Amino acid sequence: MSDAKVVLELKNVDKSFGPIDVLHEISLKVREGEVLCLLGDNGAGKSTLIKTLAGVHAPTRGEILVDGEPVSFAGPRDAQDRGIATVHQFGGTYPLMSVGRNFFMGVEPTKGFGPFKVFDRATANRIAVEEVQKMGITRIDDGDRLVGGLSGGERQSLAIARAVYFGARVLILDEPTAALGVKQAAHVLRIVNEAKKRGLAVIFITHQVMHAMTVGDHFAVLIRGAIAADFRKGEKTREEITDLMAGGETMADLEASIEGYMETHEGHPPKTEPAE
Amino acid sequence: MSMQSEAGANSFSLGSLIRRPETGSFLGFIVVYLFFAILGGAVFVGAPGWSSWLNIAAEVGIIALPIGLLMIAGEFDLSVGAVVPAASVTTALLCGHFELPALVGILGGLGLGLLVGLANGLLVTRTAIPSLIVTIGVMFAVMGLTLGFAVLITGSTSLSYVPGPVTKALLGTFIGGMFNVSIFWWLGFIAVYFYFLHISPTGNWVFALGGDAESARNAGVPTAKLKISLFMMSGFGAAFVGIAQLMTYQSAQVAGGQPFIFNSIMCVVIGGVLLTGGAGSIVGIVLGTMTFAVVNQGIFFASLDPNIGSIIIGALLLAAVLSNDTFRTLATTYASKKK
Repeated sequence: MSDAKVVLELKNVDKSFGPIDVLHEISLKVREGEVLCLLGDNGAGKSTLIKTLAGVHAPTRGEILVDGEPVSFAGPRDAQDRGIATVHQFGGTYPLMSVGRNFFMGVEPTKGFGPFKVFDRATANRIAVEEVQKMGITRIDDGDRLVGGLSGGERQSLAIARAVYFGARVLILDEPTAALGVKQAAHVLRIVNEAKKRGLAVIFITHQVMHAMTVGDHFAVLIRGAIAADFRKGEKTREEITDLMAGGETMADLEASIEGYMETHEGHPPKTEPAE
Repeated sequence: MSMQSEAGANSFSLGSLIRRPETGSFLGFIVVYLFFAILGGAVFVGAPGWSSWLNIAAEVGIIALPIGLLMIAGEFDLSVGAVVPAASVTTALLCGHFELPALVGILGGLGLGLLVGLANGLLVTRTAIPSLIVTIGVMFAVMGLTLGFAVLITGSTSLSYVPGPVTKALLGTFIGGMFNVSIFWWLGFIAVYFYFLHISPTGNWVFALGGDAESARNAGVPTAKLKISLFMMSGFGAAFVGIAQLMTYQSAQVAGGQPFIFNSIMCVVIGGVLLTGGAGSIVGIVLGTMTFAVVNQGIFFASLDPNIGSIIIGALLLAAVLSNDTFRTLATTYASKKK
């Protein structure tokens, strides 16, 4: 698949906030119809990287290329216009509003003339339900339903379907499965697959290796703002990836050190949390 | 939301009607009305009763509508309590003291309301201070300025103005000696706000603002501008009521707007608007206002102790919040059951 068209590319991107370097020499390629999994522990710079991609931050050095052309985003809207859509952990949905109204937030379809534009509820509901069903969530069949009545996975799916409908080419999913149960996460993973099948480039941010391995084609592990490993599907095992995320320290070493600690501390585990 | 029936006969059912958030407010109104109709007797059910509670409802209602919108958007505006007398005094100063044409005075009063709203909106959107605090601060500032200027210019805390026949007819007359013309203004405002919130595409943004302002901004909703406009609407509504009071009673007091603060919030909450924002409807706010007004006036017709009225309103408020929660749960769980 590596011969697919590169939609978004980062070349030696650095980002620093004042004297603090958060991202260091990041180079990444995101291809059409491919899922790039961005793995990393908390504080590794994942959010800064997403925000740089989404146009929230401008890179300090280096360049971002869309379709091979260098671009600089003036803001999130600018990135959205270029087809880069970000879906956040809680989906950006409004629980007490209907599916149709959620779907068209900010770009409401209207009917009528001049100043008497009327929100076209029927059209909004119809399109919203169609699009969500196309993504494989058939349980949503009424556009008037309140989003608060949907499951977390369905809300994520709604947000993803929305991004796809509004012409996203690169879909950035920020920890979409973090707060979800097993079944719900499966829902979201199915949608990610669906988006991939449609030729979208997906950047999937997660620290759940299992989820990453289920849908990922290409993996990048971020440690302290730099890419520590960049590999394709099948090149590394789950244990190896987990170890990488823990900062190179192998889980086996970690377990041994915890056991050692427990022996000398009356069976209590160390107070510091082991890395995931 | 309120256009539910438009979806066609297939989605119309008693079940979905019961789950409408306004149902609670409507039932509340019916119960309260029947209670006072029985106690108040024929007078309350007749024209004198209707006019007395409708007059109150119109006055509070014109302010409660924009306050409701603000609360749907997740904000409070307590400054209305100061804007009502401030606009009243401003118009009385311009027309009564300086003897300018009535139109200038009215525009001056309304302009003051918009200006206070603008100040509220800018303070809330530019700083991270909650609107509750901002508008309390603005309320005291406006109260102080009103008193200061009134005393400075006229040497008195009470101003009078006798409006011309046209102004009086439009803003301060009692039709048939009973029904204040404000009732018709209120109906007009209801229509405008209904269009704004439920029919125009912008109404969607108001709900989104209270639901999740951050996501709304990401979706391209001009959140700051919208919020400022909403504060300006409530300033305008309060100023309108202040001016109508001046035209009706022909005098302006520097104080006396405070009841509007809690009364308007109560109307809105009884009408089913969620305190934390994100849900509510114009129909609900109107029903809440009517309920409030019926209790407020029904007490006199039923010749009960006025303190009992306060108890009833307090109980209604609690009952409204409880029933709103129930209806909301019903509304959000509605579809997951019919898999």
